[in-house]
Amino acid sequence: VKLVIGIVRPEKANDVLEALYRAEVRGLSISRVQGHGGELDRVETYRGTTVKMGLADKVRFEIAVSDPFVEPTIDALRQGAQTGEVGDGKIFVVPLERVVRIRTGELDHGAVTPVGP
Amino acid sequence: MSEINTGDTAWMLTATALVLLMTPALGLFYAGLVRSKNTLNTFMMCLAAIAVGAVTWTLVGYSFAFDEGNGFIGGVGFAFLNDVTLEPRDGTTIPHLLFMAFQGTFCIITVALVSGAVVERMRFSAFLVFAALWSVLVYAVLAHWAFGPGWLLDNGTLDFAGGVPVEMGSGFSALAAALVVGARKDYGRQALLPHNAVYVLLGAGLLWFGWFGFNGGSGFSAGNSGVLAFTNTLLCPAATLVVWFALDAVRDRQVTAVGAATAIIVGCVLITPAGGFLSPSWAMALGALGAVPSYAVIVWRPRTKVDETLDVLAAHGVAGLTGILFVGLFAQTSWNGVSDGLVYGDAGQFGWQVLAALAAPAYAFTATFVLLKVLERLMPLRTSEREEALGMDIVHHGEEAYATGEGAILVEPETSPPRRTVANPT
Repeated sequence: VKLVIGIVRPEKANDVLEALYRAEVRGLSISRVQGHGGELDRVETYRGTTVKMGLADKVRFEIAVSDPFVEPTIDALRQGAQTGEVGDGKIFVVPLERVVRIRTGELDHGAVTPVGP
Repeated sequence: MSEINTGDTAWMLTATALVLLMTPALGLFYAGLVRSKNTLNTFMMCLAAIAVGAVTWTLVGYSFAFDEGNGFIGGVGFAFLNDVTLEPRDGTTIPHLLFMAFQGTFCIITVALVSGAVVERMRFSAFLVFAALWSVLVYAVLAHWAFGPGWLLDNGTLDFAGGVPVEMGSGFSALAAALVVGARKDYGRQALLPHNAVYVLLGAGLLWFGWFGFNGGSGFSAGNSGVLAFTNTLLCPAATLVVWFALDAVRDRQVTAVGAATAIIVGCVLITPAGGFLSPSWAMALGALGAVPSYAVIVWRPRTKVDETLDVLAAHGVAGLTGILFVGLFAQTSWNGVSDGLVYGDAGQFGWQVLAALAAPAYAFTATFVLLKVLERLMPLRTSEREEALGMDIVHHGEEAYATGEGAILVEPETSPPRRTVANPT
């Protein structure tokens, strides 16, 4: 069982959700984050104050999946989030020590596999 | 020639300021309806209408609308405010200059209204050019027909405060603009929700407030027709609100806030052509009945491929048309001292209202369609897909509506004198 973390452009978040849905990856959480990934700074001006925006808004996906779903999840993230410009984001895959489904107490593989309707 | 009346002049000065307030109010209303990344751009389109509209109106727009000319368009007698002085304007007791300013605020709000069709994707610079040309080629022409000595006014069409130029003019132009500019890239694929319903409500409230000057000032005096229109501007939208609540409740079992804000606009639009011509009771009937067609179009339009984004057609075009026709049925000489409608014995009046309801939409739609098609060949009208995704605020204005300042690095202002470059370092 792995945790796939995808950090993507906010405007691509919907495309990622769509791609994940198509790949039948169902359980996920997202959060709004700010970060910097080497893209060019955006310059904004408010009256006399000019600033470089060093941090860009990003959306962070956290998706816990069983091993066979790792590649499809990565593919879906890339497919949904890629524009080809610097700043498209990153994907991190990290091992998970333990996963527990709160409702049933199921562990690991059982906990990350969606239940049927 | 009539004398200046200071009471009338005082009211018209106030009314002019009230109408000008409607444009920033519309900016707030529209800004709340779009996504947060387009807040400033949407508001700026309304401010652009003030900037561009006031200038074009002064240079030539006012003359094309209100100079004699022919039935279709005025001449250039008042261009550059030639002969627009402090003397009373013909048929009124207020200075001609004030009359020009009051009418100018109408041109401004109408240009701003059209922006609702193209927000979130039209390039700001292209909108500026469009606004300048549209205010002269479409608004001034329609204003001439209905307010100036144009063919509709000459034949007795009743349009108290702008059902023809402002409401049908903006509504049907908005439809044409949406068709030429095209839908937003996410339209029909993602839910595109209003980002701040409180802005929408506050904007609608301020628009209603301003509308008392818009309708109440269109009698150009503090006299009977102004008082009647002012009161009807209270009653008609209230009736629309009540019916809108009911329609919302029947459709979804819930009364919505964004729906209520829309109802205020629809009610104000309905009474615009009719304000000084209907009895208060008929004004309330208009508000109640007129809610239905606009509601129907608002429900139906998002099911189509036409991304007329902020429903200018439903709220202004359709409601303006309803109001124009309603006047032809229920106008009463006993209240307005001018003309009766069909129900009170004058079928011919209704005929001219029908003609206005056909001619104004036809001209507004066609002229705007052609104007944008021509502009499209000269400059790109829309922003790129990537820019649309980023949001118009950052792309076209270099600002954010909700900047947090996190991660913002101060760039030192250039205080030191420009560095002297050595021409020949050898």
